[in-house]
Amino acid sequence: MTRRVTRRLVDLLVVFLGVTLIIYLMVFALPGDPIAALGGDRPLAPNVVAELRERYHLDEPVLQQYLRYLGGLLQGDLGTTFQGQSVADRMALRWPVTITLALTAWGIEVVLGVLLGLVAGLRAGAVSDRLILAGTVVATSIPVFVLAVSAQLWLGVELAWFPVAGTGEGWPTAYLLPAAVIAVFGLASVARLMRGSVVDTLRTDFVRTLRAKGLRERQVVGVHVLRSSAIPVLTFLAIDLGYLLGGTVVVEGVFNLPGVGQLLFQAIRAHEGPTIVGVSTALILVFLLTNLLVDLLASVLDPRIRHE
Amino acid sequence: MTVPDSAVTSASRSVSGSVSGPVSDSVPDSVPDSASDPVSGLVAGPGPDPVTDRTPVLEVRDLTVSFRVDDGHTPSVHAVRGVSFDVLPGEVLAIVGESGSGKSVTSLALLGLLGRHAVVGGSARLGGPGKTPVELIGLERRALQDVRGRRVAMVFQDSSGALDPVFTIGYQLDEMLRRHAPDLSRAQRRDRAVELLSMVELPDPAERLRFYPHQFSGGQAQRVMIAMALACDPEVLLADEPTTALDVTVQREVLDVLRRLRERVSTSIVLITHDMGVVADLADRVVVMRGGEVVETAPVRQLFDAPGAAYTRELLAAVPRVGTPERPNGAVGAERPALAFDDLVVEYRDRRGRAVRAVDGVTLSVQPGEIVALVGESGSGKSSMGRCALGLAPVTSGSVEVVGTRPGHDSPRAVRAARARIGVVFQNPAASLNPRYSIGESVAEPLLVHAGLRGAELERRTAELLESVELPAAWVSRYPHELSGGQLQRVSIARAISLGPDLLIADEPTSALDVSVQATVLELFREVQRSLGFACLFISHDLAVVDELADRVAVMHRGRLVETGARTRVLGSPEQEYTRRLLAAAPVPDPVEQAARRAG
Repeated sequence: MTRRVTRRLVDLLVVFLGVTLIIYLMVFALPGDPIAALGGDRPLAPNVVAELRERYHLDEPVLQQYLRYLGGLLQGDLGTTFQGQSVADRMALRWPVTITLALTAWGIEVVLGVLLGLVAGLRAGAVSDRLILAGTVVATSIPVFVLAVSAQLWLGVELAWFPVAGTGEGWPTAYLLPAAVIAVFGLASVARLMRGSVVDTLRTDFVRTLRAKGLRERQVVGVHVLRSSAIPVLTFLAIDLGYLLGGTVVVEGVFNLPGVGQLLFQAIRAHEGPTIVGVSTALILVFLLTNLLVDLLASVLDPRIRHE
Repeated sequence: MTVPDSAVTSASRSVSGSVSGPVSDSVPDSVPDSASDPVSGLVAGPGPDPVTDRTPVLEVRDLTVSFRVDDGHTPSVHAVRGVSFDVLPGEVLAIVGESGSGKSVTSLALLGLLGRHAVVGGSARLGGPGKTPVELIGLERRALQDVRGRRVAMVFQDSSGALDPVFTIGYQLDEMLRRHAPDLSRAQRRDRAVELLSMVELPDPAERLRFYPHQFSGGQAQRVMIAMALACDPEVLLADEPTTALDVTVQREVLDVLRRLRERVSTSIVLITHDMGVVADLADRVVVMRGGEVVETAPVRQLFDAPGAAYTRELLAAVPRVGTPERPNGAVGAERPALAFDDLVVEYRDRRGRAVRAVDGVTLSVQPGEIVALVGESGSGKSSMGRCALGLAPVTSGSVEVVGTRPGHDSPRAVRAARARIGVVFQNPAASLNPRYSIGESVAEPLLVHAGLRGAELERRTAELLESVELPAAWVSRYPHELSGGQLQRVSIARAISLGPDLLIADEPTSALDVSVQATVLELFREVQRSLGFACLFISHDLAVVDELADRVAVMHRGRLVETGARTRVLGSPEQEYTRRLLAAAPVPDPVEQAARRAG
């Protein structure tokens, strides 16, 4: 088990270095000069530009800048914006909103997705199965943006069941609608994965044994089929939690939620290199750590992985 | 005893009428097939028979099973037609048949485990002495769940797959007891679980409760299954091919466990199997099935001594036995052997990168024209040897010489050229033939690639090859899924001999086939080898098959060569302890001889 965790941590480090480097390079490949943009319409004096470039180490080769950035990261410094603010501080205010939103959406995915998948899998071929399948196809084919705006208009403005925007009313009221919107896509995938997994598990010999033992169907499905079927779905859920934490940009924009996604969106528009890299780095870390956690959880659920 | 009237009459009538031989006035509405007479089986079986109460524990009458296909738009498939038999208290009743005979479907139908597409008719009345009788067919679902496991338990073929991999076996045993014996306390259930595991002779039973299924070997897992099935003292234990997936020595252990259990528990055992050796070893009475119908029912000795039905006679004749007489060795004197392993070592890396030695210093040669059988249990390294000869396994040290070339030493070109002179036949023909090629294309492929044949010449040769394996030449355009297992294996042989090979590697070529099919494929194999005169490395776990075919026999155990020699010498008077154990473990398809072997 310890070996496994160590190996996973090493993998994690390699992925982390690779991905941050790519993002760093991509940000600096963005068109436009952030220092020139600082001056607005007025061109800055050449000596000011030179001094700013030196202060933010923009005069050094990109790789050296990246290494400097990594050095800062080791000391817990996510970098400084061109306005002189700490990126970490700017994010700190926004994390709670994003995390609440993502976890709410994730919760909806887990509960509804697994439940729908289980029902569809148990009644494979029946009307309920086909309805669920059709529903997931529709759900995955609507763009998040369209869904977000329509939900806001219909459920928020016209029916007034949910607040239209902002976090003023707190959890859960303010978060339910945006969370449901971003959960839809993952929910459909979870339901379909779970359905397939349940169908496969029902075909196994051990389920036949459980029935031959005379167990009630409740025990067979609720304990054995559910646990075996959940293992493959879990991996998807882990990846999706990372996606939810980073992919809330559109929804945070539409519902005007002051989260990390919104910060990233603003930073990209303003060519705020340090913020983009900092926010991305933090999101990558979160993504990798949730994956590690779920991997370990999978080995708790499946003894075959544990004893490997 | 509370048995309903109908059951009493049919049972008593059977008893009164069953003095000897077939009974003319058997239950009139139960047996549409006049050739069979299940009731005659009620004659007391020979051998150890503690049974005094002749009332059947389970009375199956006119059982029919059909499967609805395509939601009833196409006519149903009838898997079982009018099957009747009785299971007496404390007896072992074997149901024997080849694949498709309906033997497994029958057992699953009794417990309603066939799924919603199955339509089950007829009657199956359960009710041992002093137990409430119950009609199983058409029983309401919850009542059926109460019967399953508690009154009728099941053991399946693939023991490791039959246990839930993510729960400990302790949990799975406990679950069974919790369900059917809710009065037991947690501690009592644990004690019972330990008792059950020691009953099936599993070492350290208390420790083993915390183990997961994958931590057991196949034989151990099967014992756990048996322990679980016996947890609630069922009246009937349905064992569906319980030892088929196991090695012979492990099979022997499991059969021993079952045999000793008979003396300790009152459970009647219905043993479903295709293996006549297992039948001879364990059964009191036998029901022979074919094509969904009962062909014959008889006490075991009577069945083997004087089989009534023609099919039973065919089936028994097809079973290979060790002890075929001397025959001339096919080897022809030659300077170089067709295949030679010299101090061969094969190592694989496991997941952690540790070396696992599959073959450990084996020296063996096959002369031109000779069939050498490589025998061993799973994990003995016999298949690795075959793969080495084909250049598919890593040679760690030592050397292999195949039809005059040495892979790894000679130029890759020479090795490739030599490959055209080696034919291969694998165990599972359905998996080793490309499903998207017609069988003609499969057979023609080597001719096209290596011999460069084209057009009419290719067609003529392909047709010839199909005819040489006794398949109609018109079948060239058929696809693998249209053929049976035996026919597919013929296609594999045709493909393997298409280039007139100097050497043929056959890895368990008949293990996936039914006995009667196996007999014909072996016969064909022998003829083809005689007429073409190729050398053959024949890899098999089945000593009886080897005895029918091989000139020389090499026995492998844990990567080492235990014993080599002429067939009659190795199988007739083995020198090594392991060879003797292997020979003793395989049950002989003869109840008298098997009983003598058991006693001795």
